[in-house]
Amino acid sequence: MHNKTVAELSKGLAQKEFSSEELTSHFLNRIETLDGRYNSFITVCKEQALADARAADKKIQSGTATAWTGIPFAHKDIFCTQGVTTTCGSKMLANFRPPYDATVALKFKEQGAVCLGKTNMDEFAMGSSNESSYFGKVVNPWGDNLVPGGSSGGSASAVAARLTPAATATDTGGSIRQPAALCGITGLKPTYGRVSRLGMIAFASSLDQGGPMARTAEDAAMMLNVMAGFDPKDSTSLDNPVPDYTATLNQDIKGLRIGLPKEFFTSDLDSKMAGAIRAAIAELEKRGAILKEISLPHSALSVPAYYVIAPAECSANLSRFDGVRYGHRCDDPKDLMDLYMRSRSEGFGEEVKRRILIGTYALSAGYYDAYYRKAQQVRRLIKNDFTEAFADVDVIASPTSPSPAFGFGSKGDDPVKMYLEDIFTISTNLAGLPGMSIPAGEIDGLPIGLQLIGNYFDEGRLLNVAHQFQTVTDWHTKAPKGIS
Amino acid sequence: MQWETVIGLEIHVQLATKSKIFSGSSTTFGAEPNTQASAVDLAMPGMLPVANEQAFRYAIMFGLAIDAEINKRSVFERKNYFYPDLPKGYQTTQLAEPIVGAGHVDVQLSDGSSKRIRIHHAHLEEDAGKSLHEDFHGMSGIDLNRAGTPLIEIVTEPDMRNSEEAVACARKLHAIVTSLGICDGEMAQGSMRFDVNVSVRPKGEDKLGTRTETKNLNSFRFMERAIKLEVERQIELIEDGGSVTQETRLYDGDKHFSRAMRSKEEANDYRYFPCPDLLPVVFDDDYIARIKADLPELPDNRQARFIEQYGLSLYDASILSAEANMASFFEAVVKACDDAKLAANWILGELSARLNSEEQSVSASKISAVQLAALIKRIKDNTLSSAGAKKVFEALWNGENNDVDAIIEANGLKQVSDTGALEKLVDEVLAGLPDQIAQYQEADEKKRKKLMGGFMGPLMKASKGQGNPKLFTEILIRKLGE
Repeated sequence: MHNKTVAELSKGLAQKEFSSEELTSHFLNRIETLDGRYNSFITVCKEQALADARAADKKIQSGTATAWTGIPFAHKDIFCTQGVTTTCGSKMLANFRPPYDATVALKFKEQGAVCLGKTNMDEFAMGSSNESSYFGKVVNPWGDNLVPGGSSGGSASAVAARLTPAATATDTGGSIRQPAALCGITGLKPTYGRVSRLGMIAFASSLDQGGPMARTAEDAAMMLNVMAGFDPKDSTSLDNPVPDYTATLNQDIKGLRIGLPKEFFTSDLDSKMAGAIRAAIAELEKRGAILKEISLPHSALSVPAYYVIAPAECSANLSRFDGVRYGHRCDDPKDLMDLYMRSRSEGFGEEVKRRILIGTYALSAGYYDAYYRKAQQVRRLIKNDFTEAFADVDVIASPTSPSPAFGFGSKGDDPVKMYLEDIFTISTNLAGLPGMSIPAGEIDGLPIGLQLIGNYFDEGRLLNVAHQFQTVTDWHTKAPKGIS
Repeated sequence: MQWETVIGLEIHVQLATKSKIFSGSSTTFGAEPNTQASAVDLAMPGMLPVANEQAFRYAIMFGLAIDAEINKRSVFERKNYFYPDLPKGYQTTQLAEPIVGAGHVDVQLSDGSSKRIRIHHAHLEEDAGKSLHEDFHGMSGIDLNRAGTPLIEIVTEPDMRNSEEAVACARKLHAIVTSLGICDGEMAQGSMRFDVNVSVRPKGEDKLGTRTETKNLNSFRFMERAIKLEVERQIELIEDGGSVTQETRLYDGDKHFSRAMRSKEEANDYRYFPCPDLLPVVFDDDYIARIKADLPELPDNRQARFIEQYGLSLYDASILSAEANMASFFEAVVKACDDAKLAANWILGELSARLNSEEQSVSASKISAVQLAALIKRIKDNTLSSAGAKKVFEALWNGENNDVDAIIEANGLKQVSDTGALEKLVDEVLAGLPDQIAQYQEADEKKRKKLMGGFMGPLMKASKGQGNPKLFTEILIRKLGE
């Protein structure tokens, strides 16, 4: 049952092959027996999930079900869920139970979907290996010593290990696509403004975007159908109509123009990775796609620009965690300053502190022009690069990450090494474009991801291309060893 | 040495919107602590701001009223600092691109001259909550009802040269925002708070002296006194060989005393940057034009109209037109009694004296416009003498009775205007004053006027104060001339 896709499960529920309660129990059992190994969940909502499943079964019986009614799934623990602990992977929020739902959480509730629990993540979504969670590192199902990627490593690991058919995630610099690639699943970061950020705990407001993680493009399309849409309570949400993303999956891709940025396919790229990606792109070419070399001249500046802008925004976004109203508060503060200093020193982990410090520095008097303003100028150049590129091509293809999953601690003490993990994904966030990662091959038995970048609001086309790829390849069906 | 004072003002004006600037919470003053604070106001994780259009509309109204440039694109920025009553750890405000650009106001001074004060800009921002330091056993309580209340901060150029000009400017801005209806103007509740930047320099010197900023003055009287105190302090300091430190000061109005709060060296680096949760707000010309078309009457226009329409003196018109509440009270009285002159006299006289002694504004008047008009009508139709009218006013103010006629009746204040009865009384009184009559008849016109009092006293006494003095005078003049 756990090898079925969301689309298949939805059909099975509708045809009453099994009940949502049976389905939900099955996944809850898997989490209970297997997740000790992966640590992909922070919170499991067993009782609530079963109650929701029974309610869904009634809806199915009464004929008022939607495609998602009774389907189990999981939320990245960055989405606030009413009455359910929402930690953001941090000690700061270890006991935080929001009195409200994120818009995304509300949308799944309205569909009658069944939330199994909240998945592990890098603290405040800051990391590319899921080693920075207060609740312990997440293990990649493809190898006990391998990172799942980050920051949505819990969601990626849980989907890959078939502990949930699908999971929500967020992507600020690659946090959906990179773990999707490292865990051999499908992930989509929508256009900035496509999915409401309300109730999604902010890391870097101008870059954060929620999106789906699942095993297939079709399932991702089904998720995006639920998640996407204008939210008047999010001022950065865009009021564009939401198409049915599943309706265009089967469109022919003959004549599709695929751009290959020469800056991403250099001699620096690992030869095995280059070979695997070229082989994957060749599959699309076989289906009638036309390949074009393009240039994104400023892409080399994306990582440095990102590591000014994202920390700057986070330094302000995380100021609210001050021990005054909610969250971690130190014992017996002497005075106000002591309350602030100890609550924040104790509540935040190393990587979070590092980024708050970088951001605070970048915004300080005398440095603002050299760092923040300059980074914003670079951001515009990067955006312009894409605008020019999309005049000639429909999608842009590249590797999602420089390498497959790496070992715990292998990036050592140098944070910059870790930051370079996102070299292919970050520019998409800076430009606000949609990007996707799909399983596209293997290197030494480990999955790798093909990244597809689309024009604004072109998620439908990305999903179409991904689905067409998945109809002629089977990378997305491969399970980690031991998972069957 | 002769010193020149240089003053600039920063004024925080709470906008009278129903809900907060970035959330749907109510802005009503005086609610139980933290009952008007939503998840957004509390800066709960994941909460996002949505800008209140009404706040922009009000800010634009203000900008148009001071003849300022309206910036069609304005940007909110984050001003970062930690304080318990600032839940997000930053204040959302405007810096580089404020909604209202440069403008000006003209103020009247007591010597009859007027002066133009330039406004540097005005920007939109959110108010902070309140920290309560009493009754919490050494800890502080936080009330976030005020957090997120929309403010415009008005920043003037350093164009004022003494406390009179500063207060006149403050009063003018108060008159403008209350006339526009964008602020309730209740200074005691903090609806308008003044920060005063003061420096001194030798007369003739171009370079500005080092300034201090005295914060949160919430009455015109305190503002005037705080400025005078600060000017004295600075001059004394310099003349004693010291120098002024750039610092923020706090003025205690009750004790008439100020102290330094923090110096420039201790000042925060606020690390402003554009708020990524709020996109730049852009208005088109039509939007601004529609607001302009609907702009209510401004104090300057109203003053001109009062002179024109009601024949008031410049002085009377300036006072009655300044505040919207006062102006509408005046016009309501005029409308009901049809006598602008009497209405102006009574409002500026008796009523203002009462309000001043009780430190109340006209909106708290214990006599309604309708009552005052009824009183004036009874003066006009000779039912009341001016002495009687004052008694009625007194009774109304004290709430003895709400009805003017009932008060007149109950207190026997009705004037006798029956000419026959009055003539009879005049005859009786004159019969007992033959010497005075002779004196009167020998006197010239000028002296006669003075001598009239000698007859009026006994006449009023004989009529138990109810005789119409005007009629008495007429009858007397006629009889004495015979």
